[in-house]
Amino acid sequence: MKAINKFNGIVCPLNRVNVDTDQIIPKQFLKRIERQGFGQFLFHHWRFDDEGNKREDFVMNQMQYEQAEILVSGENFGCGSSREHAPWALLDYGFRVVIAPSFADIFYNNCVKNGILAIRLTEEEVEEITEKAEEPGYRLFINLKDQDITDRKGFVADFDIDPYWKEMLLNGWDEIAVTLNLDEEINNYENKVTAGQ
Amino acid sequence: MAPKTIIEKVWEQHVVHREEGKPDLLYIDLHLVHEVTSPQAFEGLRMHNRKVRRPDLTYATMDHNVPTVNRHIINDPISKTQMETLDQNCKEFGIELADIDHPDQGIVHVIGPELGLTQPGKTIVCGDSHTSTHGAFGALSFGIGTSEVEHVLATQTLWQTRPKTLQIKVTGKLGFGVTAKDLILAVIAKYGVNAGTGYIMEYTGEAIRQLSMEERMTVCNMSIEAGARAGLISPDEKTVEYLRGRRYAPQGEAFEKAADYWLSLATDEGAEYDRTLEIAGEEIEPQVTWGTNPSMGSGISASVPDPEQYDRQADRESIARALDYMDLSAGMKIEDIPVDYVFIGSCTNSRISDLRAAAEVAKGRKVQEGITAIVVPGSQTVKQAAEAEGLDKIFTEAGFEWRESGCSMCLAMNDDIVPPGKRCASTSNRNFEGRQGNGSKTHLVSPPMAVAAAVMGKFTDVRKLAEVHQ
Ligand code: SF4
Repeated sequence: MKAINKFNGIVCPLNRVNVDTDQIIPKQFLKRIERQGFGQFLFHHWRFDDEGNKREDFVMNQMQYEQAEILVSGENFGCGSSREHAPWALLDYGFRVVIAPSFADIFYNNCVKNGILAIRLTEEEVEEITEKAEEPGYRLFINLKDQDITDRKGFVADFDIDPYWKEMLLNGWDEIAVTLNLDEEINNYENKVTAGQ
Repeated sequence: MAPKTIIEKVWEQHVVHREEGKPDLLYIDLHLVHEVTSPQAFEGLRMHNRKVRRPDLTYATMDHNVPTVNRHIINDPISKTQMETLDQNCKEFGIELADIDHPDQGIVHVIGPELGLTQPGKTIVCGDSHTSTHGAFGALSFGIGTSEVEHVLATQTLWQTRPKTLQIKVTGKLGFGVTAKDLILAVIAKYGVNAGTGYIMEYTGEAIRQLSMEERMTVCNMSIEAGARAGLISPDEKTVEYLRGRRYAPQGEAFEKAADYWLSLATDEGAEYDRTLEIAGEEIEPQVTWGTNPSMGSGISASVPDPEQYDRQADRESIARALDYMDLSAGMKIEDIPVDYVFIGSCTNSRISDLRAAAEVAKGRKVQEGITAIVVPGSQTVKQAAEAEGLDKIFTEAGFEWRESGCSMCLAMNDDIVPPGKRCASTSNRNFEGRQGNGSKTHLVSPPMAVAAAVMGKFTDVRKLAEVHQ
């Protein structure tokens, strides 16, 4: 996983609530056995019509958001299926940060494990960003170490993150390697359970 | 000792490592694997030269992609590759697999309990959000992503932040014709799709105690649709009797010992929850969803709501968008909505008792002309049992298609797809846009309500059909 600390990027406002993982990556694209290459299918049915043409009215298809790397959306983002293909698609498309008032639990975990920074802000803050992001080239500046977000126009917000996830993201750690260092404790647990039976 | 909930008891017993400022490292007792969310995890193991720590605590099946007409004609080459990949991975890493030809094959959340793999007090994970189903036994079970699948394969553990506890108390009794599916749909309609986010839920109350084990599975299955990763029910005698004699359950004397332990896990009198939500069982009527998430639903006697009546702008917008997608107008009676497809199946409602309840309504009736109606049993075992009772005959005589076991039209990854613009009465758990096929419109219902829609051509209060029969 790629480490992340200071990050700035163009913001794309996806002004919807309860965006589910079936929309983020529809099931017909879950059949691949690799982790890469899902970006082209991100929000497939919202981005393309049945003939495969771009839907001009969908926000991600507007030119000013083509280079966006920060996605801002409404509450309960990522609900539904546990498919990790959703964060893989976001990352592969180019989103490194997702901001929303709340996230579904499994989706949030899946983001962290892939080096995507999922940030919870208040509904008011999300609304403010969503409005400001209508202006072409609107950028947010994120500092994970200090846990704050700013823009060039005086917007400042703090965010919370579990210290463990924070360390993981800052260092880009391989979680399995970390856990394997605790191998002895896992052995002890297993021995204790076997003895108790 | 202070009284504890089952959630706290099971959690505490599984902590391998605890450290200030970190999530707990939990031991995982059972890891279920299927073909869609595992290939990248096995690939990760290979890349790092890692082994599966406990193949004996891992069990795999194929369900999401499998064909339900002829098991051996897999039209999509990518589906085929995914299934072959699982087969190879299981061989390479020494994992037991119920493949397409296996008599135990079925939807992962149907076969776990059926085989007795699912037991009270276990921690159970699977790369699938409906793993919450196994909570019906008082197991702490939740869905995980593929990175976590890889982590469990390699270490048999998972880092988890201790969640808050939420009690869903269902008082009183369910009325005639009201099923476990209606109960959980009513809870979600009342409290919303993120009522459970950040929580583990426990279902309590008289109406829950009255449910059979299969009905409890239907309820726990949809915990994730209320936002909770896990939903449990404290074990009781029904739990014990369900497991007695199952293949992977303890046998003989060991079973009695296990049963005592299981019963001791039930939530203590006076234990406290971080939050409690209540609903009255007798007020619930048969449910139908009208929108594009499971909370957008109501009783059969209601009408499609008017977005303008909602206070929050976000709600007005999302409901208006949902009605537009579903091609419904505000004020239309639910009972006036016609259907084109009917699907009975999925990990929510494909067990033998679901099929019995559906067959009871189908018996002696006919599916309306022009409607495609299919019944997909949850496992090969369910299929055999249903055929032994002659349920398949009842369905086919009524005009339903009788299929092989798998996920099928629940998510339409195989060939069972609802075509664009068509409307389906479905016993599955998700009505998201395009879930059953691009442009398809899904209405979630119970199995008896699905049959009622099939034979009447539109949503109908199944209780009315029973009156006619009597
Ligand atoms: S039946 Fe549907 S919800 Fe259940 S595991 Fe299969 S695809 Fe998922």
